[in-house]
Amino acid sequence: MTLATPLLDPVPPTDATPALSVRDLRISFPSEAGTVEAVRGVDFDLLPGRTLCIVGESGSGKSATAMGIMGLLPPSAELRGQVLLGGQDLVGLDDPSLSKIRGSSIGMVFQDPLSALTPIFSVGRLLSDALRVHQDLTKRAAWEQAVELLDLVGIPDPRNRAASFPHEFSGGMRQRVVIALAIANRPSVLVADEPTTALDVTVQAQILEVLRQAQRETGAGLVLITHDLGVVAGHADDVAVMYAGRFVERAGVGELFRRPTMPYTARLLAAVPDVEGGARKPLVPIGGEPPTLVNLPSGCPFASRCAVSLDACAHDEPKLRHVTGHGHVACLRAFEIADGTLDPAGDTPPAGQPAAAGRAEAAEVALRGEVALRGEVVLRVEDLVKTFPVTKGALLKRRVGTLHAVNRVSFELRAGETLGLVGESGSGKTTTLMEILRLGRPEAGRIEIAGTDVGTVPSAVRHGQLRQDVQIVMQDPLGALDPRMPVFHLLAEPLRAIGRDRESIRARVHELLTLVGLDESVSDRFPAALSGGQRQRVGIARALATEPKLLALDEPLSALDVSVQAGVINLLARLQRDLGLAYLVVAHDLSVVRYISDRIAVMYLGHIVETGDTEAIFNDPQHPYTRALLSAIPIPDPERERTRERVVLQGEQPSAARMPAGCVFVDRCPLYRSADDELRHRCRTQRPEPTPAAGRPTHQYACHGI
Amino acid sequence: MTTNASTNAPANASAEPVPRAAGSTRKRTSLGLGRLYLRRFLRNRLAVVGVVIFALLVLFAALGSRFTSRTYTDADFTALTQQPSARHWFGTNQGGNDIYACAVHGLQRSLTIAVSVSVLTIVVAAIIGSGAAYFGGRVERVTLAVIHFLLIVPSFLILALVSHRLAGDWRVLIVVLTVFGWMSTARVIWSVSTSLRERDYVKAAEFMGVGPLRIILRHIIPNLGSLLIVNLTLGVVATVLSETALSFLGFGVQTPDVSLGTMLADGAGTVTSAPWLFAFPAGLVVLLTVSMTFIGDGLRDALDPTSVTGSAGGRR
Repeated sequence: MTLATPLLDPVPPTDATPALSVRDLRISFPSEAGTVEAVRGVDFDLLPGRTLCIVGESGSGKSATAMGIMGLLPPSAELRGQVLLGGQDLVGLDDPSLSKIRGSSIGMVFQDPLSALTPIFSVGRLLSDALRVHQDLTKRAAWEQAVELLDLVGIPDPRNRAASFPHEFSGGMRQRVVIALAIANRPSVLVADEPTTALDVTVQAQILEVLRQAQRETGAGLVLITHDLGVVAGHADDVAVMYAGRFVERAGVGELFRRPTMPYTARLLAAVPDVEGGARKPLVPIGGEPPTLVNLPSGCPFASRCAVSLDACAHDEPKLRHVTGHGHVACLRAFEIADGTLDPAGDTPPAGQPAAAGRAEAAEVALRGEVALRGEVVLRVEDLVKTFPVTKGALLKRRVGTLHAVNRVSFELRAGETLGLVGESGSGKTTTLMEILRLGRPEAGRIEIAGTDVGTVPSAVRHGQLRQDVQIVMQDPLGALDPRMPVFHLLAEPLRAIGRDRESIRARVHELLTLVGLDESVSDRFPAALSGGQRQRVGIARALATEPKLLALDEPLSALDVSVQAGVINLLARLQRDLGLAYLVVAHDLSVVRYISDRIAVMYLGHIVETGDTEAIFNDPQHPYTRALLSAIPIPDPERERTRERVVLQGEQPSAARMPAGCVFVDRCPLYRSADDELRHRCRTQRPEPTPAAGRPTHQYACHGI
Repeated sequence: MTTNASTNAPANASAEPVPRAAGSTRKRTSLGLGRLYLRRFLRNRLAVVGVVIFALLVLFAALGSRFTSRTYTDADFTALTQQPSARHWFGTNQGGNDIYACAVHGLQRSLTIAVSVSVLTIVVAAIIGSGAAYFGGRVERVTLAVIHFLLIVPSFLILALVSHRLAGDWRVLIVVLTVFGWMSTARVIWSVSTSLRERDYVKAAEFMGVGPLRIILRHIIPNLGSLLIVNLTLGVVATVLSETALSFLGFGVQTPDVSLGTMLADGAGTVTSAPWLFAFPAGLVVLLTVSMTFIGDGLRDALDPTSVTGSAGGRR
């Protein structure tokens, strides 16, 4: 199903009365260290039918703003300012009166759809309850409306599905139900707090479409809170960039992306890997850390990280001012930047900032594409199979089926090379990684590491040399580091495990810290006292301790903020070049994968459906699934994002317990739907074999229809 | 754990962390873990007070008998049920025993029993509970079956019978109280450890090739820290109580031996007429439990990296 979605809606006239007005909103929380000023004066008007995106990194106060508007802050929080909804001020209202407004005039879409739905009620019941709280309806009428709402948000067979419970729905379907709940009483304002962060990229595209439709249906104004600049580019009318509890830039989406005027915005955009870039543009991380919001010193909170800060920046915090032809910017040098006489990224980074090092790294990355040295084969996987039994019964477990998590997966990886495994969650990419790391005999097939067949070697070798050769960097750096061990001991652990003596451990830890660009003073700190980027650097240093040949990276960047991400990407690239490492990357963020991978393998339902060089796959995807996956990535550029052609996939990945006999993608395949009977028969009954694309022997795909 | 401390001890002679000036970092690559925890522990004032009280109690129990010529078995028939005086500092009881001498000896007994039982219980429970959780599978099922079986056995009855048969030897009491006391703690530790077993850092350690014993000792048990410590301090209090109960019923510490428990039991009847018989042992029990609680809090803060009190910027 290919369609050119008309994404640019006509902008409604701007003289309409705002659906929501926020005036000087301030939120503070008490804490041991002092009062945390999470939100420090936020103003905006939201017109009916418009979408305001609030973007910012974690801790910038964007979620606190949403909760403050909804009146859902914890009782210890202090809320000041005005939240005007249809002329009524919500600040200072007691909970019963707020409850009348929440759900009827304001609808909320939460991040985690599972915890947002009460598990003991059917979704029909949840919806009709939500309707009956605010409207005088009979049970039957409410149920009918609930079914209509489910239909509206695109739940197939809504009449029967209304009786199902939340856990019987998949993540995307649950989020649709949450949206249905939010719009049930036709609110004039919708607040969506990171509505798609927990979802896959193909489902994210569907959900954002549903949200847009729900907004069109109800005419509500939407406050969309997100950290994903691609989502902003595709869906916002206006954008507010939040930093240290304030808006630092507020503008129309076109102006903002065309000429970001606050230096922070400019640097943020420069730090995002761009999928459509073609050539790898160097990523420039923002040095330093966001300030803690306790006892904030006077002056611009970004000044210490800003490349173009003046002495005056340290004295007064700039107010949000109107800049002609742009929007509102809180920067002393906004006019210079807006008329193009000043580059907000600055030519000289501020003294003492790691930005200088970051730049050098970035420049190296840019070179990397050409000098990728291909060494010996470090990892060879042939026909790897992994199944899990599906059991039933509490006391006596019966085997009722088999879950084919990984099905005949083959690839190889050379030293100095990066292979990206991509696919939706449940496609078997993490299971593949874990099977390799487990170093056990695979269920079927072969795993060969540096020429050694893992299945046949004696266990002494397996625990000795092989263990040293393969290491992992995990997704969540905080979870992967034992909170009770200081950095020195974290880094020493793998070295102790291979029996190094104390002096050489000390020397090696020192070396590792230097290698990943950490100061030695962190070595007696606990992980909780480090910043996100520092933690991931410790995680990488630990993985490198035993001088591995192969580094498995399981979503290495998804827990990091954009500004930090760029620094870690650059670090990984430098390490690979210096140490000749092979990277096996599992990630769902395709723009990051494109940026760091030499080759890509696209997985669907335990199968590799397409594999090839990164640029070949991104420029000329063959398999219909790859095409859909690629077109679902939001691009951080509103013009391209809104005019490109996209393939929206229907439905979600089926369970791997009921594997189709033929092509695994057949149920969602847009080619299958338009195919003739003979081809359909082949898709149904034969599993397609990998075939090379025309003129490119390394680019293989498994499809009957092309 | 403290192996690294020795080499760079001169560099950190001062107790406070030096502001991290550039250049001075080269020498102090790492503090030993023990040293780091000690530094964090000492920041907590109440914990230090607890340690002081506890140390005084231990000193009192160990050296208190030096200040009196009487022993807890001596009976002064010229002074029955006397109020505290210059001759009998804590007074005497109905049999003419000097309460001061009894309190010193009773505290000694109770301390030994309570501390050793709770430490043994925690050690056994931690190893069994976290071991069962980490290994999973058959080991886990068998261990849980044993725990559940022991939990439904009326342990108090068996305890009473066994200790009575062995004529109230206090060392036997320690063993018996431990053998029948570890299960519920082990059960709690098991259920918490099952979630720890799934943590990324445990998996990371496995992928690094760290052995199972080391994973249990270095990654699982320390992360149960606050749970263990709360259980340890509660265990001291609980052991004093069950020892008292047993002694009260005549099954615990047997006369002529005394413990705080037997003294409390003896003094309980005459609280109104001869309050000193009850007040002194009760005061010692309170001091013992309060000091244990303070120490427990301090240890928890010191071992918990997220705690504000323990960290350098925290309350002094």
